[in-house]
Formats: sequence, C-alpha cells, structure tokens
Amino acid sequence: MKTAVVVFPGSNCEHDVVYALETLGGSADLVWHRDTDLSGYDSVVLPGGFAHGDYLRTGAIARFSPVMAEVNRLAASGAPVLGICNGFQILCEAGLLPGVLLQNRDLKFICKPIHLRVESTNSILTRAAQVGDVLEIPLNSYEGNFTAAPSELASLESAGRVPLRYSDASGNIDATNNPNGSTNNIAAVSNGNVAGIMPHPERAIELILGSADGRILLESFLESKVSSHV
Amino acid sequence: MSETLPIHQALGMTDDEYADVCDILNRPPTEAELAMYSVMWSEHCSYKSSRAFLGRFPTSAPWVVVGPGENAGVVDLGDGWLAALRIESHNHPSFVEPYQGAATGVGGILRDIFTMGARPIALWDQIRFGPLDDPHNRYLLAGVVAGVAGYGNAVGVPTVGGEVAFEECYSGNPLVNVMCLGIMRKEQLVLGTAGTPGTIAVLLGSSTGRDGIGGASVLASASFDAGSDTKRPTVQVGDPFEEKKLIEACLELYDRALVVGVQDLGAAGLSCATSEPAARAGTGMDVDLGRVHVREAGMSAAELLMSESQERMMAFVDPANVEAVLAVATKWEIDASVVGTVTAGDTLRISYNDRVVAEMPAASLSEAAPILRRDSAQPDWLEGLWADTLEYRETPDITSCLLEVLADPSIGDPSWVYEQYDHQLFLNTIVGPGENGSLLRIKGTEKALAVSTDGNGRQCYLDPQRGGANLVWEAALNVAMLGAKPMAVVDNLNFGNPEKPEVMWQFIETVEGMSLACEALGVPVVGGNVSFYNETDEVDIYPTPIVGMLGLADPAPRSVPRLDSAEEGMSIWMFGPQDSRNLAGSAFEKIIKGHVGGRPTSSNPTIGKAVIELAIALAQQELVPVMHDISDGGVAVTLSEVCIASQVGAHVAYSSWAGLFAEAPHGFIAAVPDNHAAAIRAIADDLGVPLNELGTFGGDHISFDDTRGGVTSIPLSEAGVAWSGAIRSRMG
Repeated sequence: MKTAVVVFPGSNCEHDVVYALETLGGSADLVWHRDTDLSGYDSVVLPGGFAHGDYLRTGAIARFSPVMAEVNRLAASGAPVLGICNGFQILCEAGLLPGVLLQNRDLKFICKPIHLRVESTNSILTRAAQVGDVLEIPLNSYEGNFTAAPSELASLESAGRVPLRYSDASGNIDATNNPNGSTNNIAAVSNGNVAGIMPHPERAIELILGSADGRILLESFLESKVSSHV
Repeated sequence: MSETLPIHQALGMTDDEYADVCDILNRPPTEAELAMYSVMWSEHCSYKSSRAFLGRFPTSAPWVVVGPGENAGVVDLGDGWLAALRIESHNHPSFVEPYQGAATGVGGILRDIFTMGARPIALWDQIRFGPLDDPHNRYLLAGVVAGVAGYGNAVGVPTVGGEVAFEECYSGNPLVNVMCLGIMRKEQLVLGTAGTPGTIAVLLGSSTGRDGIGGASVLASASFDAGSDTKRPTVQVGDPFEEKKLIEACLELYDRALVVGVQDLGAAGLSCATSEPAARAGTGMDVDLGRVHVREAGMSAAELLMSESQERMMAFVDPANVEAVLAVATKWEIDASVVGTVTAGDTLRISYNDRVVAEMPAASLSEAAPILRRDSAQPDWLEGLWADTLEYRETPDITSCLLEVLADPSIGDPSWVYEQYDHQLFLNTIVGPGENGSLLRIKGTEKALAVSTDGNGRQCYLDPQRGGANLVWEAALNVAMLGAKPMAVVDNLNFGNPEKPEVMWQFIETVEGMSLACEALGVPVVGGNVSFYNETDEVDIYPTPIVGMLGLADPAPRSVPRLDSAEEGMSIWMFGPQDSRNLAGSAFEKIIKGHVGGRPTSSNPTIGKAVIELAIALAQQELVPVMHDISDGGVAVTLSEVCIASQVGAHVAYSSWAGLFAEAPHGFIAAVPDNHAAAIRAIADDLGVPLNELGTFGGDHISFDDTRGGVTSIPLSEAGVAWSGAIRSRMG
C-alpha cells in the first residue's frame, strides 16, 4: 500500500509521518497541496502543522487546497484517509469528519504525553488494537478541543465511531484526565475509512523517544485496505 | 524624532561618528546614507563597545568550520555532517511587546541558522523576569512564552530546552535569549557572500514595510525609561507561516545548489544585507530600491533601507540560475524580486526612482564602524559586597528551608513553560526539557548532539570572572552527563549600560572568566551576541552571560541517564569537590534570607576536567541510570529533583547543613546500582575525582541525617507539591 502524505504550506509533521510509516514497513511519498492527481496512491495522511498558517480557523483554508478534490475522491472510493492533529482539523472543515476542534480549555498550547483508551476497534486507527488498551501518545496542539452538534455526537457515540478517548494511565475516563476540554474526552473520530486523531501516533513509535504505543495505531492504518469494511 | 536635535543625533549617532561618516564620504551624507550608517553603526549591529574585548575568546579548534563573524558558527561533526549554532537576544522588544518581541526573536535566530545552509532542528529559550508577585511580570512571562510557542510551534522547529529564572533586577528589563541549532551535510554550507561581479541579488520572502524601523538596531541600543511603552510600534511583527515557507524554499535552493551566498535580513534590514555580503566578498553592489516588493506605497529610501520587516532573505545568484530561483519561490508561494547586481570595485550604490540615493564603500558600513575602548573600573562597592557574608549561629530548619527553595519559581518545576512548546517535532528528542540538558539524535547515524544553556546572574554580579567561568563549567558538565564531549560554545552577553565604567569592567571580567574556562576545556567560542543597555531608569541588570554549550555523543549511549530513573536500593554518590560550605550567591541565601553577598567559589580546571571525563565515561558505559549536577539550590535540591522525578525517597547523611545548599562548581550526584559500584569507583579513582557515598534511594521520604545527631525527614509528596507548584500556582 502506498500512502500520500500531503504537504500544505505550513505543514510541519510530514517528514515525521513518512519516517514513521516507513519504519513500520509502509511506503509513503510527500505530495504538494497543489497536486491534482493522487491516482498512484491507495491511502492518504494529512499530517500535523499549521496549514496556510492557521491564521483563520484551523483547516478553513486548507480544505480549499487543490489536492483536497483528490482526497475527497479517495475517501469516497473507500481508501484509508487519516488526519493527524492539523490534519484532523482539516478533515472536519472538509466535511469528511463531523465536529470541530476548538481552542484548548485553558487557552494554552499543550505539548505532553497523554493517555488514550481504545474504545472501539472499528476504525482504520484501531483495528489491530484491543478495546481497553491504554496507549501513551504525545499531544501537541492549541486547538484540540473536540466538539460537535448534539445530534452528531449522539450518532458518533451510538455507532461506536469514537475509537480513542483521553484517559489516565489506568484507563479511567473523566474530567480530571481531559487535557483540553474535548467533549466526552474524545481524542479521535472515525467515519468508515476516514479517521482523525488529535495526538500524534508518529511521535510514539520508538521507546528511545519515550513510547512505542503509537505503532499499533499506524500499523492499523497500514493494514487497512481500500474498501475493506472496517 | 525630536525637532530640536540634529538629525544624526536623533538617529542615535554621536557628533564624532557623524564626522567619521563625512570623512569616509568626503562630503555630508544624504538622508539615506545617514540612515544606513546610523543602523549599521548602532551598538546592536556594530558591537562597537564590545568588539575590542571579544577577541579574548578562544575561537579555534580543528573542528571549527566557521567561527564568529558569520551569521552562525559551524562545527564539523564527522562523517560529512556539520552543525550550525547561534544565540540571540530580544530583550528590549520583549519588554515593550512580549509576544511579538519573543516571537520575532525566534524568527531571527532561525534565519541565522538556515542562512548557513542548515535545517534548524531545535531551539532553546533562556528567559529571565522580575518576581512573579508583580502582575506585570506575570504578563511578561505569559506573553514571552506564548510568543516563543506561537512562532516556534507554527514555524515547525521544536523548543527542546532552556531555563527560566526570576530576580528583581529583571523587573524593568526581562531577558529573552534564544539559541538555535541546525544540521547539514558538508556540501550544503552557504556563506553570507555576494560572490563575484555579475552575481544577481534576489530578495526573497515578506514585503518590506514601515514596521520595525530601527527596532532591534536602535531599540536594543539605548536604555529604558518611563516612556518606553511609546516605542511599541518599533517592535516588529512576526509571521511564522511566511518563515516556514522561506525555510523550505531556501533549503530547496541549497539542495539544488542555486545560490552562491545568502544573507538574512534582521537588524538594519537591507542596509546590512547589501553591505555585509559585499564587504565579505570584496565587491561592490548596485541596488535599485524601486524593485523591492513593498507592503505600502510612498516609503522613502531611508525607510526601505532601515526597515526590519521580518521573514526576508537576500540570495546571491548566478545570472543563469535566476529563473530557477524565482520558480522555487513561486512553488513555495513566497515573493521574490531581483533587486541588485554585484559589481567590481567596492562601492555600494543604492538608487531609487532613477536617482542615486546612497553611494559609499560597502565595507565602511560594517568594517569601518567605530571601535570604542570605553573606560572600565572595578565597582567601588564590590569589596564591600564580598565582605557582606551572613553568619549562622544556629542550624536553620532544613525542612521548611528546602520546601521554600523548591517552591521558588527559579528552582521549581518549569513545565508550565515547556509544555507550551512543541519539543518533539522531527523525532530527534531523546532527552527533552526538564533534564540536565537536551540530547538530539541525528537520524541515520550513531551520533547525538547534546546542548545545555546556562546562566547565573547572581553569581556573575558577585564575581563576574568566577561566575562566567563557572557557567562554562556547568554547561560542559551538563552535556557530559548525556555522554557527549563538549565541543563549542555560543554566548549571549547581557549587560547594563556600557557607558558606566563598572559595567564595562563586569563585561571584561566575564569574558575573561569564560575564556579561561573555555581554554582549559579546549572548547572554542564559535559565535555570540552582546546585549548592552539592559538598564531601566539607570538601574542595571546583573551581568548575565548565557552560555550555550554544544557537545557530541558519538556514538550516543543507548540508555541515557535521566532524572526519573532512580530506583529503591540504589546508592547515592556525590562526585567532585566535597567540602564546600560557601553559600555566597546561593539560591538558599537569596530565597531564605533575601541576601546576596559574599564571593562565589571559583572553579578548578584540574578537577573540572576530570569530573567531565568521569561523567562522559559513566554515561557512555551506561553505568549509572541517573546523574544530576549540583547547581541552584545545592545538593539538597539536586537530590530532591531526582526523588520527585523518580517517585522514590532517599536517605542521606550530612556533616554540615551549609554543605546541603552550597553551590560549588564541578559537583554531581549519581544513582549507583550495586553491581556497578566497583567499576564506578575505579574510574573515579583513576581520574582523581573525589566521591562520597551520601546514602540510598528508598522509601517515601527525603531524609537527611545529621552525623552529629538529628534527622530531618520530608514526605516526598510534600516536596513534590512544593516543587510542582513553583510557577504553575502563580500563573494558573
């Protein structure tokens, strides 16, 4: 499976994502946001960063980048499409995922390792994990506070489309281990073959950097096949 | 500008300097020329008060590729890899407008690094403020940290370490120093040269506007008073998105070998980016200001030449490559203008609207800048200060003293600051903030780079030569504890008003102390920055040099010592000088007694070098899971920090309570596993490093046994609460 890692002007995690996917046996190329042909790829990652500077609402300009037509086409075709951090924000703005990422509850940027509990394995991020697994993954964002309209939230929750929530190291999920104010401690959202995650799994693939718990999430992504029913 | 002053005085020039300009030109300068000389000869750009003394620093070593004088120092890491490093201050802009002042400080130091051809891989921030009980200081801290975060995170370069400290003298004049490190392959090195006649000058990046005219060059070259907030419009505004695109565009230009030289536009803007590269190349240059892409119409030539609009670079390009360079700019969505041509001879000729507005020898702007030998004199209060030591008739209450020191914002948990910085991007950060120093791997190699930045204004105030030397030793030990050999220093020298003889004396003494330590270590100074006029209402800051030490671990240890790796049952050994009881300048006396007096302990190069060798050996041979240097707060704080990080108590014996809080150089503690004890002792004996078995890790209390009777026992949880709330509880 070959992955396109999209580079918007202002993206900055693109090299890290390529490094992580290749470390895990995947194959990935950087593609520029003006590219209009992703026919050689069967999956897409929108990496973290500050696409177009994020001077407007995060992702609000990136959704109009030329490459997004191809991202939409691939998503519609059933190809795995993953947004990490800023990529998650862009997928929400593009309407490929429900909801929105607000500024963090404490109005400060947060960069630190946090814990996530696997809530569902029905996503391209978690298909290789077990429900109840607790993963330590770095968070790195200013706008990481997920929320959605009540009806959207109800549908996400009832359909098991929340693969990961913020928790403590034992897997307890409550307000005291919610780093950024996300509704229902939601850290990732899934929509069939599309998923968005606010923390950075690519930063947790080697113990020498603190954690290798991100591997299972990216391995799940790499194992997801076009049009497979996840 | 005042209407009553002659224009050169209004621009900050003396009458003598004006006369020098007239001599150089053989006529009175035009308005544009005067603008150029005024910014290029400002203290900030010309180093006119310090240049005569900076030559004292040792600057050569076989591994130095580029020493001081270029945009950044460059050292050879072996196997075709080079590192570029530099440190810069943005003190005055950060006081006037903390967010943008700090943000543009980050932007500027990044450009110094990628100007050399290197990709910036990490930043360190060294920030100092007045006490946090003053709401204005809280505002400054919050604004500076948000500015470093806002720019650094968005531009995509991680801030992996640094230091935050608080002292009354910084209330009206905070210090914001930022260090940057970049790496490159040898063939990517680019210098700030204009090349040969015929080379084309291409201005890349942001448009030029009226923002920041005279900002760094003039704002940073004068003292502060009550009216300083009216200078807010002279602070530049940063655009990290533009800088990110500029970085990527420049790196592509270097990869494809499309430029012969590059110079960033920082202080003094176009004046600097045209004259310095021409001076270095020994050429002239014709520049047409009408071709500069501008942000607003109607700017005068002087404004265009002085503007410090951010995120701009000047590339020098062979005519055959101009089209390709413009295409790269288009791809990365940045603006580019062909603004000049390098000429034979040495004349810099600036025209605007078909009229020559400035014409002078290019080198006269940089190399003919005045060199001042200002008066210096040991302060008359200094010996009185040395004699001003406290006498302790009774042993203080160790528990309350230690808890109070741990809860001090200069000592306690800095995570409120560093959790706002992306410190992980690029997947290199093996050891990040909150440790002795930072360790960054170079992917695809066995190498790792260690960096420690250190400052201690209080010690330098009490004795600038000893303080300056101690800092270099401390920074060297910090990188050694990560398994790295110290290899290069950059320094940021923050001082008061150089027109005062005692400030010049502090400056010269500091440079001497740092030089002595660097010479003993065999470590060259490869670059630096001087920030004078750090005074407000005639009160100078403490002399505050900041040392940035780069070390190379090759190979990097697989398992690096960390503060959180102590375990129940491991022994606690203290290495280095054992008998210090000197509390002069210590955090203990400052925090507990409100006292700053006496004379700090001087360094000892023989012991210092042996301790550094020992630390490297222990880390490289992976014999100890924890090492931590004894600095602010003494061994009591050093040990507490390890206990808090590792969540394990400790039991140690002491013979002198003052020894628990003394801050002599060259000391560190380590957690020693039983099975390595004999090997460790043998190495220490071999190197002649004294060691003392202080006690053992274990339990849930930090306990100090007085060898003459009496035990102090502090619950680990209480120490942890005090330490972790130091900044957080004050900032929310």
